[in-house]
Amino acid sequence: MSAQTTSKASPASFVSSSRWLLWSGIAALCAWVLVPIYLVALGALGGRQGVYQWPKTGLPTGISLDPFILFLKTEGVLQSFLNSLGAAGITVALSILLGAPAGYALARYNFHGKDSYRLLVLLTRAFPLAILALPLTVSFIRLGLYDTIIGVGLIHTVLALPFAALVTQGIFMGVPRELEEAAWVFGCTRVQAFFKIVAPLALPGIVATAVFAFVISWNEVFAASVLTVRNRTLTAYLLTVLSESPMHYRFAGGLMLILPSVIFIFAVRRYLFAIWGISSK
Amino acid sequence: MTNNRSWIPYLLILPSVAFLALLFLVPLLQTMWLAFSDNGLPSPANAQRMMADINFSRSIRNTFLLTLAVVPVQLAIALVMGTMVAKVGRGRETILWVWTIPLGISDLAAGLVWLSILQNSGYFNSLLLGLGILERQASWLSYQTPVALFFAIAVAEIWRGTAIVMVIIVAGLNQVPREFKEAAEIFGAGPWTRFWRITLPLIRPALQSALILRTVLAFEVFAVVYALGGRNFPVLVGEAYNWQNQNQNYGVAAAYAVLIMIISLAATLIYLKVIKVDPERLP
Amino acid sequence: MANIVIDRIRKSFGTFEALKEVSLTINDGEFVSLLGPSGCGKTTLLRIIAGLETSTSGDVLIGGKSVIGLPPKERGLAMVFQNYAVFPHMTVYENVAFGLRMQKADDARVKTQVEKAAGLLHIEQYLDRYPNKLSGGQRQRVAVARALAVEPKVLLMDEPLSNLDALLRLEMRTELKTVLQSAGTTTIYVTHDQTEAMGLSDRIAVMHNGMVEQVGTPVDVYNYPATRFVGGFIGNPPMNFIKVPVTNGQVTAGSEPLKAPKETGDEVILGLRGEAVQLAPLPLGLEMKVRVAEPMGSHLLLTGSIHDQPVRVILPSSETVRSGDVIGLKLDPNRITWLSPESGKSFPAATAR
Repeated sequence: MSAQTTSKASPASFVSSSRWLLWSGIAALCAWVLVPIYLVALGALGGRQGVYQWPKTGLPTGISLDPFILFLKTEGVLQSFLNSLGAAGITVALSILLGAPAGYALARYNFHGKDSYRLLVLLTRAFPLAILALPLTVSFIRLGLYDTIIGVGLIHTVLALPFAALVTQGIFMGVPRELEEAAWVFGCTRVQAFFKIVAPLALPGIVATAVFAFVISWNEVFAASVLTVRNRTLTAYLLTVLSESPMHYRFAGGLMLILPSVIFIFAVRRYLFAIWGISSK
Repeated sequence: MTNNRSWIPYLLILPSVAFLALLFLVPLLQTMWLAFSDNGLPSPANAQRMMADINFSRSIRNTFLLTLAVVPVQLAIALVMGTMVAKVGRGRETILWVWTIPLGISDLAAGLVWLSILQNSGYFNSLLLGLGILERQASWLSYQTPVALFFAIAVAEIWRGTAIVMVIIVAGLNQVPREFKEAAEIFGAGPWTRFWRITLPLIRPALQSALILRTVLAFEVFAVVYALGGRNFPVLVGEAYNWQNQNQNYGVAAAYAVLIMIISLAATLIYLKVIKVDPERLP
Repeated sequence: MANIVIDRIRKSFGTFEALKEVSLTINDGEFVSLLGPSGCGKTTLLRIIAGLETSTSGDVLIGGKSVIGLPPKERGLAMVFQNYAVFPHMTVYENVAFGLRMQKADDARVKTQVEKAAGLLHIEQYLDRYPNKLSGGQRQRVAVARALAVEPKVLLMDEPLSNLDALLRLEMRTELKTVLQSAGTTTIYVTHDQTEAMGLSDRIAVMHNGMVEQVGTPVDVYNYPATRFVGGFIGNPPMNFIKVPVTNGQVTAGSEPLKAPKETGDEVILGLRGEAVQLAPLPLGLEMKVRVAEPMGSHLLLTGSIHDQPVRVILPSSETVRSGDVIGLKLDPNRITWLSPESGKSFPAATAR
């Protein structure tokens, strides 16, 4: 930095004040993201007394895990948590199983209809997909998928699959074709070459894609609420009990929704920008 | 790559095509049929019923106002974030991680987070009291304070939805070679000119996809609104939800769905037209 | 070991003809380079031989057996790729062992073969490292060792040195020659670098626009180019082409007449290597106007014109010629290539052998 500041030949005070401005801007934006999460955590751990404490100091006083544990023990919470995990698991499995082969085809082959396929995938982006849960209610009732985790997983896959296909395309394009050809030349069949060479190299990227599929499903509210009655996912459960729950339960629910996603985003942070760089092309 | 195996790619895309046909295209057509039919006959009855509803025009107005308020602010903040982080050397990764946290947060959770801040005995009122602006608890989220409620929802949406715009913008900025800006600087362009004349035109594809994605999501806004204001602030998707789940009227719900799709598609087309991406003008 | 017969191979991508009936025979144990500018079809031809690309028509025989339609792994060959294609998730040892493992060789054989190949290429000390920790030159050695470890019947190399810097390229070139001479494997080597092709090959096939223009030993291809393209592509500076009139079956170069081949018409093109000239006093020698004289240390490079046509010639560095001089040149009649102005082909009858 010092080399830059001297080369710009501007007064040092001006440079340092612009540095100061930059860092305070960054700090403010970080606070803007983090402080609300901190506050909802306080609300979730402060219990009933915490909610009505007035005025609030914003300091972590009078908090314990008990109110949160109490919330977890409320009827339906744990079950809906498991349901959310289940639906997200189905979404991850289906969107990778169906999306990754398509991504591989897009990355490695030129074929008639490639553009149409890409168009179909991009088209899904222009639609509010969760809305499609509405007509599916009728067909799902007929098929016995209504109010099941599988049904929710299926509609969440519609959301995650186009994303998975586009992102895995980029990931497979990142594995040089020459590596695969070298494997063929040195005695592999196409299938062997894929599993011995391509799959291990693409794995981290595919895991990141899977995490995104998980987050997409975990966070989806509308379709899950429309398609379930008793087997609610966590979001659907919270939405329906919202109006009759006490405040601190709502905050506990909010915190519970936030935590897993934040951990997952942390786990894949290295891939975030690569993935969105790819999928925004 | 090899001609004699031309069936392979089709085999690979077939499962996803079949899946999307069954669970995307078919429901799409079903929605349209549900919306424009009555007892198995084509009919505008559902659309008429939707438009006659007292919440209809309010929900359209609210949704559009929210979108108009939220999307430009998100884009502006994202551009500021992108420009700032470009100047940072060490600590860049951590800053970016913090800013992307809301990416993993659902709109419902975002609504609940801001509920904890904006409720009557919440932190916002405490802050105002501490600053001497307020003397007793004020209510921001009731039907009597529609403007405050609107701002609360907008703030929650901006808080949550900026991350995705930022990620796309930063990914776009990462692909702009540093030399372009340095060349402009050497030829005498100031920071402002560099931003408008060099950076923005070069990240057009990122801008386009960020705006499309964010706008379509903004028209889908629902759970934030529900968590903060209950039914005090009708929006399009919320109405669809109510007609489906409370009133069990699938036809009117489908009519809302079709309306939302038409608006989203129109917005996408407008963005594609207005922010043209000409591959020949990109590096 | 095996010979390779390429029989009338054609390849088109849509309307673009990448290869137009290419035929070529490579003998058992021979080292043949496919040399040409980018886009001439040399890599496509190599990939067709490898089975990585299908041909539109024609046949490829390896060891007398047609391999068209066979997947790469059944062709008994090994390949060195331009970007090395060393597997980043395997150690150097596993990379070199890869082909043997696929052949289900037992561990003892894998070990001896890997050690032998690693020894040839001096990479023994890197065997348990991962390729990401190696330099470009070291990765290149791994790629070659991996190819040699399987003792292939045929070795294909696709611009293997093009990603190395100049100094390393020279070093690897010498080393490749040593290694491959002892292995005696039939080798096809694709390159756009004439010095690589000249230095390494038994024979060179010069390709241009999807066709083989000439096949021959490096010396033949250099001295007796079959076409104007070959002469211009090979050699540094490239061959000079001077169009001159023919009178009574003779061409006048300075005051000395040269006997033109019988087949020539009114005009002929003299193909002249830059170094096949000597200074001569002016009325006797062919007149050259020197525009720029560049002393290069080992020689003197002159750029200018003869008969108003651009030429580059090389003189010993002991001569003193300055920019702007007009000099006389004596041509070596045995080193002139006579080319037809119409077809651009040389007249073989007149080319002394």
